[in-house]
Amino acid sequence: MADDLFNSFMNGPDERGRFGDFGGRFVSETLMPLILDLEAEYEKAKTDDTFWAEMDWLWKHYVGRPSPLYFAERLTDHLGGAKIYMKRDELNHTGAHKINNVLGQIILARRMGKTRIIAETGAGQHGVATATVCAKFGLKCIVYMGAHDVERQAPNVFRMRLLGAEVVPVTSGRGTLKDAMNDALRDWVTNVRDTFYCIGTVAGPHPYPAMVRDFQSIIGKEVRWQLAEQEGEGRLPDTVIAAIGGGSNAMGLFFPFLDDPSVRIIGVEAGGKGVDEKMEHCASLTGGRPGVLHGNRTYLLQDDDGQILEGFSISAGLDYPGIGPEHAWLHETGRAEYVAITDKEALGAFQLSCALEGIIPALEPSHALAHVMKIAPELPRDHIIVMNMCGRGDKDIFAVAKHLGFDIRT
Amino acid sequence: MTRIDDCFARLRAQGRKAFVSYIMAGDPDVATSLELMKGLPAAGVDVIELGMPFTDPMADGPTIQLAGQRALEGGQTLQKTLDMVAEFRKGDNTTPIVMMGYYNPIYSRGVERFLADATAAGVDGLIVVDLPPEEDEELCIPANRAGMNFIRLATPTTDDRRLPKVLQNTSGFVYYVSITGITGAAAAEATDVAPEVARIKAATDLPVIVGFGIRSPETAKAIASVADGAVVGTAIVKLVEEKRPVAEILAFVKGLADGAHSA
Repeated sequence: MADDLFNSFMNGPDERGRFGDFGGRFVSETLMPLILDLEAEYEKAKTDDTFWAEMDWLWKHYVGRPSPLYFAERLTDHLGGAKIYMKRDELNHTGAHKINNVLGQIILARRMGKTRIIAETGAGQHGVATATVCAKFGLKCIVYMGAHDVERQAPNVFRMRLLGAEVVPVTSGRGTLKDAMNDALRDWVTNVRDTFYCIGTVAGPHPYPAMVRDFQSIIGKEVRWQLAEQEGEGRLPDTVIAAIGGGSNAMGLFFPFLDDPSVRIIGVEAGGKGVDEKMEHCASLTGGRPGVLHGNRTYLLQDDDGQILEGFSISAGLDYPGIGPEHAWLHETGRAEYVAITDKEALGAFQLSCALEGIIPALEPSHALAHVMKIAPELPRDHIIVMNMCGRGDKDIFAVAKHLGFDIRT
Repeated sequence: MTRIDDCFARLRAQGRKAFVSYIMAGDPDVATSLELMKGLPAAGVDVIELGMPFTDPMADGPTIQLAGQRALEGGQTLQKTLDMVAEFRKGDNTTPIVMMGYYNPIYSRGVERFLADATAAGVDGLIVVDLPPEEDEELCIPANRAGMNFIRLATPTTDDRRLPKVLQNTSGFVYYVSITGITGAAAAEATDVAPEVARIKAATDLPVIVGFGIRSPETAKAIASVADGAVVGTAIVKLVEEKRPVAEILAFVKGLADGAHSA
């Protein structure tokens, strides 16, 4: 760990919600008092043992934590280099890491006396997780989802409705994830008094990026002791790798290792059809520049006039033109590296994981796995890589079938 | 003293309430919106709010969202909006112009460069929805330093504890948002608004203008009678959406202005 607290990468954000120049509270005045209330409530909960005891109980008995840290032996042999572990967050209840965070926010909402929960969703994973936890606690749940995504993610839409949530197709703008977030913010501004906005990623106004990171950090904390258990006391990963849309699964894996300089940290963005001037990708760090959207300053895909561009990716969960502000800061400080993986590379990794490990990954972690495939062969056999298998691929089989030229629709 | 300060001093001397109108720059094209803008003062508009289109207008209802989309699809840029102001100023050097929108296009251009260009074009004030007082160092303080008014929104959720912070660096006037919600949504009620305006006026000498949810001459009058003036945006922009002739839109604006002025 860092000796000097001032040199720690784990002290952010500051009291203004900034990670360096990134983050902040860029919201309308109507929302500002709520965000301050939320911050105060979260600060209280952070040091409240009863809050964390409730979280731990739910994580264990409802979500199924700890998720396994799995040595992918055949994949390791196949690539012929570094030893590859998968953090199996796809085995969580609802099939992804999203529920780690939703539980924390819903417990906070209950503490704040809020009775109506709203959320935005892209691929539907965060929406399903929110609908699930709301059903468990008997809360009203409204999920905003781009009309385009409602169409391509029909199974998740049905899941949410089964769970009692109201799914609102968003037709404003271009009907994508960012427009769903805009409409969720519009709902919040209209229903401030009884409504809690459960944001699905490490973005939005302070305190969301820090709060969501803290809830997701259970991933990295578990990796620390699980790896020690399997590889010996004190053994840390040499490299940790995770996919990034907004960046919550990645922040959850990375955060507990930020002050371990021996751990190399790599975030994998969605390169779509390739990161070039055509901008058919979602790689905000690799292909964007700093701007202000959805309550925070971060790297954004935007044109020369500051208008936000649509992302493009095979993975609806990575299809967002921004990235969490802490990632923007880790990128600028050089503590973490960020790379882009194309749709085609991700599809290759998807198939390899199925064939060699019997694990059908979501398209999001397939991006992380594709980068593992690139670097593992060149690394020594005693080099340990931990990649975050943050979601399962059931939701993606239709998209994958289409790209591989199969027609499985009945 | 900005044109905004002069304008309110003049209205105060005449014992009149202000009528403020909002239009979207470049909606549906520069020529039409400039023609409309040029006609506003004669229709009785005291202060013009000129919308800067943005792809993600989080505080706006469907009507203003679509107006922004039309403008952007027509090729509107921040430069073209500034050019519109400069063109307007050739024939009108007294009507105050407030540019209203979101921060990213300004940030993208660079705050200092934007302030210099906006001042040169003849802009008097700014309303930037996603910059609360917590982010004053971004644009509010540089704008005040450049001699431009930074007009803050106060809302029903702005409690007494928070009000001083909201008023601290505000200049020109205070824009009271009559409802919790987005533009063009619920209807404003004068009975709800009156005590809120009184609460704000007790804390500042600045004029308090009320907007959101005003769409008829009657409401404009009712609201203006309990404040220093009223703002109408969505109801006017809706007529642009319906492709009504500029003369017809201006006649509608005149009705609203007369309503507010009769308060």
